[in-house]
Amino acid sequence: MNKISRRKFVTAGLAATAGMSGVAVAATLAKRYGLIPPDSGGIYGPGETLTYAAQRLLTRHSLAREFPRSMISKAPFANEIAPFNDAFKHHQSSGFAEWRLSVDGMVARPASLSMSDLRSFPVRNQITEVVCEEGWSYIAEWIGAPLHEVLNAAGILPQARYVVYFSVEPDWWESIDMADALHPQTLLTYAMNGGDLPVSFGGPLRLRVPRQLGYKSVKFITRLTATDSLKRFGKGLGSASPEGGYAWYAGI
Amino acid sequence: MLSGVPDAASLRNSDPPRHAAFVRVTHWITTICFFALLISGAEIVISHPRFYWGETGNDLTTPLFKIPIPASRNLVPTGYGYVLPDQNGWSRYLHFEAAWAVVLTGLVYTIWGLWTGHFRSNLFPAPADRTWGAFWGVIAKHIRLQRPDQAEAFSYNVVQRASYLIVIFILFPLVIWTGLALSPAFNSAVPAAVNVLGGRQSARTLHFFLSAFLLLFLIVHVAMIVLAGFPSRMRAMITGTRIIHYRRFVIPSLFFGRGNRFLLGRGSDSGDRQRTVEDRT
Repeated sequence: MNKISRRKFVTAGLAATAGMSGVAVAATLAKRYGLIPPDSGGIYGPGETLTYAAQRLLTRHSLAREFPRSMISKAPFANEIAPFNDAFKHHQSSGFAEWRLSVDGMVARPASLSMSDLRSFPVRNQITEVVCEEGWSYIAEWIGAPLHEVLNAAGILPQARYVVYFSVEPDWWESIDMADALHPQTLLTYAMNGGDLPVSFGGPLRLRVPRQLGYKSVKFITRLTATDSLKRFGKGLGSASPEGGYAWYAGI
Repeated sequence: MLSGVPDAASLRNSDPPRHAAFVRVTHWITTICFFALLISGAEIVISHPRFYWGETGNDLTTPLFKIPIPASRNLVPTGYGYVLPDQNGWSRYLHFEAAWAVVLTGLVYTIWGLWTGHFRSNLFPAPADRTWGAFWGVIAKHIRLQRPDQAEAFSYNVVQRASYLIVIFILFPLVIWTGLALSPAFNSAVPAAVNVLGGRQSARTLHFFLSAFLLLFLIVHVAMIVLAGFPSRMRAMITGTRIIHYRRFVIPSLFFGRGNRFLLGRGSDSGDRQRTVEDRT
């Protein structure tokens, strides 16, 4: 081995060691500060982790864009939903009078809230855009109870790291981290554009997460669970989306 | 413009490679990422092959234009009686992973390029070439299907330089910006990123056209490489080997007849550096 190649060898070795240590340190820090998404395994894990970590550092408290009333879409588009199950049809026929939202998991006071209970929380309305991963979008006014009000009323415990939420429709559930769960614009939405939330848009109750793509805004919400780990839910990937091949974090 | 053409005797194994190792590595990482972005981007477009201008747009609003293809969602009014399979899950994962890879590669490349003077010496046109005359001269030569100068095996001509600079410093930054402007979370942190583009749907439409321009560049780039001598140009970008010509220039010879081939420097160089050059008569 001559002098040049030895020097090159040593330099390359040092660079590789530095690089690998850097990645290891970054991974440790990311884990400590909760910057690793639940679907971080597999070949797309590095990209997802970079996206989620970068956005959590950049957007923890930022507000989704709100629009003037004049920009509300005259033709909001309701995406297709699966045929309703019997439980939903029953609620629909009774005008959702018996619809309840249960709040459980890592909360001091688990609760089962009726629609009128939800309406007694402070009301927030916001004019935000629904952004579908397919590419289309519309703007609507969304009216409801901020999720953080409901979580605080239930006494969410400090060790909670995620809120998992379930639709009345089977296999339709999502989760968000506390940055989104406690975000002022994350809304348990029961009204839209001045009227009750139409069924096609998720009525009677939809969780609107305006800083993420539309598929995180699950329709027909019946249950919220606060948790410190997503491992026990479904396949442990965070929500139904990664199980169907879609990213858990949809802020992109 | 033709200065720096090496003659056979001046070519030695100790010569610097045609393309620096750094350029070669970042070039191929970018190539892989670009194909990943192109394929996954096309799949995502198929789920909604309609484009709009402004902030919002959906199946119920009038599109700016539609791509006349079937869609992978059945509510999209495409006019086709069938729906393609949904490929958006992996496409989206791949799109953003490849985007990260190409952005990080681009950052490192830009820093390296500024640090080493790569942009100044290899990409910015030489002072003598900064004229429309020099520019049109190269274009005219291409239109007449003339073979590239020997110099062009060792240095980029002014049109190449201009196109590469446009791709590196205009199209790539714009396609990254318009892509970021489609992220609802990024927009919450930097609302101006999408607002100055005229809204979300405008950003999406611009992202599409910028991708189309990049694809157009890719097609012309590959066509030029094929015309200039695919194996020699590929070898130069893979191993860095300096080679003038390796293969006949196929298409122009239909017009100009067979050129004479002769070997340059055979025997005077080590075996792995054998070069051939086309006679340009």
